Amino acid sequence: MTLLEVRDLHVSFPTIDGLVQAVRGVSFSIEPGQTLGIVGESGSGKSVSTQTIMGLTRGAEISGQALFNGQDLLTMTDAELRAVRGAQIAMIFQDPLSSLHPYYRVGWQIIEMIQAHEPHTSKSAAKKRAVDLLRLVGIAQPDRRVDDFPHQFSGGMRQRAMIAMAMALNPALLVADEPTTALDVTVQAQVLRVVERLQHEFGTAVILITHDLGVIAEVADDVIVMYAGKVMEAAPRDPLFYANHHPYTEGLLASLPAYTGGGERLKSIAGQPPSLINPPSGCPFNPRCMYVMDRCRDQVPPLEKVYEDPNHRSACWLPHTKAERESIRDQVTGVAVAR
Amino acid sequence: MSGDVILSLTDVVKHFPVQSGSIRRNKDVVHAVDGVTLEVRHGETLGLVGETGCGKSTLARCITRLFDLTSGQIVFDGKDISTLKARDMRPLRREMQMIFQDPYGSLNPKRRVGSIISDPFAIHGLASGAERKRRVQEAMELVGLNPEHYNRFPAEFSGGQRQRIGLARALALKPKLIVCDEPVSALDVSIQAQVLNLLADLQSQLGLTYIFISHDLSVVRHVSDRVALMYLGKIAELSPSEDLYEKPRHPYANALLSAVPTPDPAEAAKKKKIILVGDVPSPVHPPSGCRFHPRCPKAQQLCVDEDPELVARAGDQPSHLTACHFPVKSAEELITATPQIAEHERIVEPEAVSAETVSELIEKGAP
Repeated sequence: MTLLEVRDLHVSFPTIDGLVQAVRGVSFSIEPGQTLGIVGESGSGKSVSTQTIMGLTRGAEISGQALFNGQDLLTMTDAELRAVRGAQIAMIFQDPLSSLHPYYRVGWQIIEMIQAHEPHTSKSAAKKRAVDLLRLVGIAQPDRRVDDFPHQFSGGMRQRAMIAMAMALNPALLVADEPTTALDVTVQAQVLRVVERLQHEFGTAVILITHDLGVIAEVADDVIVMYAGKVMEAAPRDPLFYANHHPYTEGLLASLPAYTGGGERLKSIAGQPPSLINPPSGCPFNPRCMYVMDRCRDQVPPLEKVYEDPNHRSACWLPHTKAERESIRDQVTGVAVAR
Repeated sequence: MSGDVILSLTDVVKHFPVQSGSIRRNKDVVHAVDGVTLEVRHGETLGLVGETGCGKSTLARCITRLFDLTSGQIVFDGKDISTLKARDMRPLRREMQMIFQDPYGSLNPKRRVGSIISDPFAIHGLASGAERKRRVQEAMELVGLNPEHYNRFPAEFSGGQRQRIGLARALALKPKLIVCDEPVSALDVSIQAQVLNLLADLQSQLGLTYIFISHDLSVVRHVSDRVALMYLGKIAELSPSEDLYEKPRHPYANALLSAVPTPDPAEAAKKKKIILVGDVPSPVHPPSGCRFHPRCPKAQQLCVDEDPELVARAGDQPSHLTACHFPVKSAEELITATPQIAEHERIVEPEAVSAETVSELIEKGAP
C-alpha cells in the first residue's frame, strides 16, 4: 500500500511583488521502506512541497491532496496534524544548529519530543531511550553526551542527534531536507550511512531532498527532478542517470564537473532559472532548453510515460520513444559541438 | 604554461589567541595554519582543498595579507611581503585580488554596480571620469555582464551574475594573481558551470594565476593544475591534480576521495567507502606527531611521536609530495587496515546498539 501520495499540489505565496507560484501541480508517491530523492536547484519548489505536506507553510495558498495512509494531511486540523507530525512523519533539516534549541540539553530535547507524543512515558524511561538512540546513531559515550548542549556537539554530531530525535518514535516516513549539505564529505558519508542503516533496520521510508546528484546516485531508489515548481522527470534511479528523457535532467548531469575531464569546458545550461511570479508560458524550461520547439513556448507538456516504461515519466514534448529521442540528442549535441 | 614562481610560502604559521578561564589569559592558541610551504607558478591554478577548519581560508587571507603572519615568509613576485605594513602593501594589492564565496555579502547592496566595480580605480587613484567609466564597462563586458547595467543595484542581479560582479571588481586593475575563496559554492550546478567556464576563459585570455579554494573535490579537480590538500593547518599532500585523484598517498586523501558521492549509480555501487571515525580534533590542542593519527587506519607509534615531513614518497615524482610515514601504495586496501597504536591515542567508534533494543523500548513506552 502506498504510504504517501501527493496529488496535484499547488502552493503560492502572496508577496508585495505578486503571487509567487512556488509549487505548480506536483504529484508523487512513496511506498513503505523506499527512498525517494527529490532534486532541483534553488527555487524549484522541492522544499516547499514537503514543508506544505507537513503543514509548515503558513500563509500560503494551497490546493491538492497529500494522502498519508489514506488520510489527507492538507485537510487535517492542527491537533490531528500534530499527532502525525513527529510520530509518524519525522523531518530533519539542513542546518542542525538552528533546528536544535541552543538553551536546552540535547537529551532534554529528545525527551521532550518523546513525552509530547507519549505523555505516560516516564522521564527516566524516555532518557534511557534517548541514550540508546544517540548510541544507535553512532555518538560516542552517549550516556555522558546526552547532557551536553548543542554547541558542544560538532556539525555531524548535531545532525546525528536530529536523526536520533526524528527516529525516536519509529516513524513510517522520514523527510530529510538537504540533511548533509552543511557537512563535510567525510561527515556526510557517516551521516548517510547512519540513515541507510536505520532505514534498513526499521523499514522507514525516506524522502531525501538534495541538490547533490552524487548523494542521489548513492541512496535513492526513485528520483523526481523539479524545476520552477513542476516535476520535469520522475524515474527509478538508474534510468534517470543513464537513459533520461528530459533536457533539464540531461543538462543538470552534463554540467557536473565530475562528468568532464580536467581542462575541458563544462557544459553549462545557458541563462537563469525563471521568475516564479511570472513563469514562462509553455514549458518552464523552454528559455534555456537546447531542444526548444515552437510548441514548447505556449503549450505546457504533461508529465507522461516515456520509453515504454510505466515508472519513467517526463514532462517534455520531445518524442517519447527511445530511438527518436536519442537521434534528436545526437543531432542537437552534434550541432552544438560544431558551433 | 607554468613558468616562473610568482608566489612562494615558507613555513607560514598563523595562530589565533583564544581566551580561556575566567581571567583573560591568552595562553591557548588556535593553530589555524601551522607551517605551510608551497610555491605557485605563473599562469597555473593551485587548488586548495580540505574540510571545514583545515585552515584553507586562513591561508588565503595570509597570502593576501588580510591577516598578519605569526611567523614564516611570503614572497610575491620577488618581493617579501610577509611583514609589509598596510600602506606598503597597497601598491601590491593591484597585482593580487580576491573573490569570495558569498555573492550577497561581498557586494554593498546600497551601491550601484558601476560604482562598486570602480572602487579599485578610486582607491589606487587611477583613471577618472569618462576614462574610469569606460574601463569599468570594459571589465563588465569581460565577465559577460551587460555594460548597460552600470547603474543597477546588486539586488537586481542573480547569484551567478553577482559572482561576475565580484570578478569584474577583482579584474578591474588587471592583477596577476586572483585568490578565489569558494567562488562557486553558493551557486546552483548549472550556474556553477557557467562561472567555472568563465574563470577558465579569463585565465587563458589574461594569463592569470589562480589560487582556488574549495571543499568540493570534483570542482577542484576540474579547475586545478596542482592541488594542495590540507588537514588541521598543515598540507597533507601536494601534487599535480591527476596524481592526487588517481593515486592518493595520504590515508586522509584516500578517505576523503572515497567519501565524495559519485553522480553515477554504477560507479557509486562499486566504490568502497572508507568511513573515518570521529570528527576533526580541535585545532587548539592538535594531536602530537602526525595530526591525522587518531583517525588514521594505518597509524603506528611513529605517527604519534613524529610529525612526517612533506616530501616525495613511495617512488613518486618530486612534484608529488606527501606528509605521511606510511603512504598508501596503489591498490592497497585501507578498509581492512587497523591502527597499531595505543587505544587512548585513537578516536574509537562507539559500540553499536541494535535496532531491536530501541524498538523494544518504543514498544514498552507504547500504551
